Amino acid sequence: MCRKTSEGPFDDREDTVSAPNRAIDLSGEQITLGPVGDRVTRIAGAIGVLGLVATALLGMQGGVEGQARAMNSYLVAFCFFLSIMLGALFFTLIQHVTRAGWSVVLRRFAEAIAANAPLMAVLALPILVPIALGRDLLYVWTSSEALAHDHLMAGKVGFLNPTFFLIRMVVYFGAWSLMGSWFFRKSVEQDTSGDPNLTVKMQSASAPGLFVFAITLTFASLDLLMSLEPNWFSTMFGVYFFAGSALAFFATLPIVSYFTQKAGRLVGLISREHYHDMGKFVFAFIVFWAYIAFSQYMLYWYANIPEETVWFLRRQTGQWESLSWLLLFGHFIVPFLALISRIPKRAKGTLIVGAFWMLLMHYADLYYVAMPHLSEGVIPLSLMDLTAMLGVGGFFVASVATRLRNRSLVPQRDPRLHESLAFENF
Amino acid sequence: MSDQAPKKFAGYLVEFETPHDIMVAATSVRDAGFTRWDTHTPFPVHGLDHAMGLRGTALPWIVMLMGVTGCAVGLGLQWWTNAHNYQFVVSGKPFFSIPATIPVTFELTILFSAIGAFLGMILLNGFPRWHHPVFSSERFRRATQDRFFLSVEAEDPLCEEDKTGEFLRSLGGSHLEKMEV
Repeated sequence: MCRKTSEGPFDDREDTVSAPNRAIDLSGEQITLGPVGDRVTRIAGAIGVLGLVATALLGMQGGVEGQARAMNSYLVAFCFFLSIMLGALFFTLIQHVTRAGWSVVLRRFAEAIAANAPLMAVLALPILVPIALGRDLLYVWTSSEALAHDHLMAGKVGFLNPTFFLIRMVVYFGAWSLMGSWFFRKSVEQDTSGDPNLTVKMQSASAPGLFVFAITLTFASLDLLMSLEPNWFSTMFGVYFFAGSALAFFATLPIVSYFTQKAGRLVGLISREHYHDMGKFVFAFIVFWAYIAFSQYMLYWYANIPEETVWFLRRQTGQWESLSWLLLFGHFIVPFLALISRIPKRAKGTLIVGAFWMLLMHYADLYYVAMPHLSEGVIPLSLMDLTAMLGVGGFFVASVATRLRNRSLVPQRDPRLHESLAFENF
Repeated sequence: MSDQAPKKFAGYLVEFETPHDIMVAATSVRDAGFTRWDTHTPFPVHGLDHAMGLRGTALPWIVMLMGVTGCAVGLGLQWWTNAHNYQFVVSGKPFFSIPATIPVTFELTILFSAIGAFLGMILLNGFPRWHHPVFSSERFRRATQDRFFLSVEAEDPLCEEDKTGEFLRSLGGSHLEKMEV
């Protein structure tokens, strides 16, 4: 076979012969956030407080309607960060259940984000407390007046009633908090003890964990998002939300890695090979999301039954139609073509731009799901959408930074760490 | 074997005992400018493709081309059969609409890409062929067990029977032999 010896575009690896044993720096400064963590916590925390206060103040100004509008903005922002947290939990569980070696240097990020579950439970209070108090700001099925006029909806009251809804929320957030905190705690414990049995324990817990994860995520997405339009139903909705969640996390992971390395941490530990694999995950879940979104759409489109098509009809009317097109091209076609080659996945710059774009599209996707019930034919953009994102996001980031402040950014005594450091794609 | 025609020089085969040895040797052969040579290892050795100076293959482009073809065939087939050649009203649906055609288009894109990847790989690897000079060596069998081999074919423009033998001997392999066919 004819082989050219010139350097091609794929020759971006270090010469393994000249550097057979890369020295890995595992000293404290390199693998803990330290003062950088403090700064991030302070700034993000301040943004979080300001964002939530601004959202509340803006909402108060508009009377009941303004409060309802603020609640919807908050719900989208909350679900955005909830989905990242759930994606992180999913990643942690999958790495353990498959006994993955390549991802060990990245796993602590996922564990720290998944350990945000209790924070998300607290941040859910602005949604849950009004429901507990009998206000009908967000979900139409909480309004007795609406129930009196809508017999179809009244038939669902056995499931969609405030008491059972709140009980389910306690179950979901309880399960996620238990799992998220437990995996983070065990992994950190291994940093000091170096006990390989902890890995075995986490592996055995991961398979039942995935089962609980799948059930809770599915029902939570039905409760939080699908029940905004309670007469519409889709058995695919849970998977749809999952696809978006996993994608959101896989887009977050390279961004977090990139900025951590930019701050001088984990330099040489997270390599181009790891970025390449993160890129593959982003690409895979772009395709998976499109596959699920289209499957859900096509079945309703083909059957053409009014009570099922109503959800999509609303999203194809007026300004919402342009959002549908944006999702088709911006959430699937363009990033699919942009990330299909290995070159943009191995170049950090293009991968990070792609990851930010996918997060933006994920927000657009949640907006597309959660907002149209508020206004027919008009996209009701509001300053509160932004302030709610800053509010929830600020607390989310601050909490992760605090958690990692004095802890190792990698599971430094994980038995598979060296496998991960030596990882190479073919 | 003496009853057969005299054998022709077909290149050299060098045996190494460790992945590191063959990596170093591959770098030297790469830098010497050889083009028709290969390495044979019992398991994938990380970094060896770089040490050999291998470039990316044309395979992704073949797959891409086949995928686009499959996509066009899928769409075209459904348009031609349903909307053009034999129009037939099925439950009041339009003769041609994008959502209904996606599943078949998707499947044909995948099918064509997969066939492109499989046949493209076969062809780019130089198959089909019946024999390769490396199989004339008895020792070469250990390439699937515990030895690492580097072969330089006689057809390489730089390959000269004496000089190249000398060069390859200097690479520090544990055994050097001529391949003959």
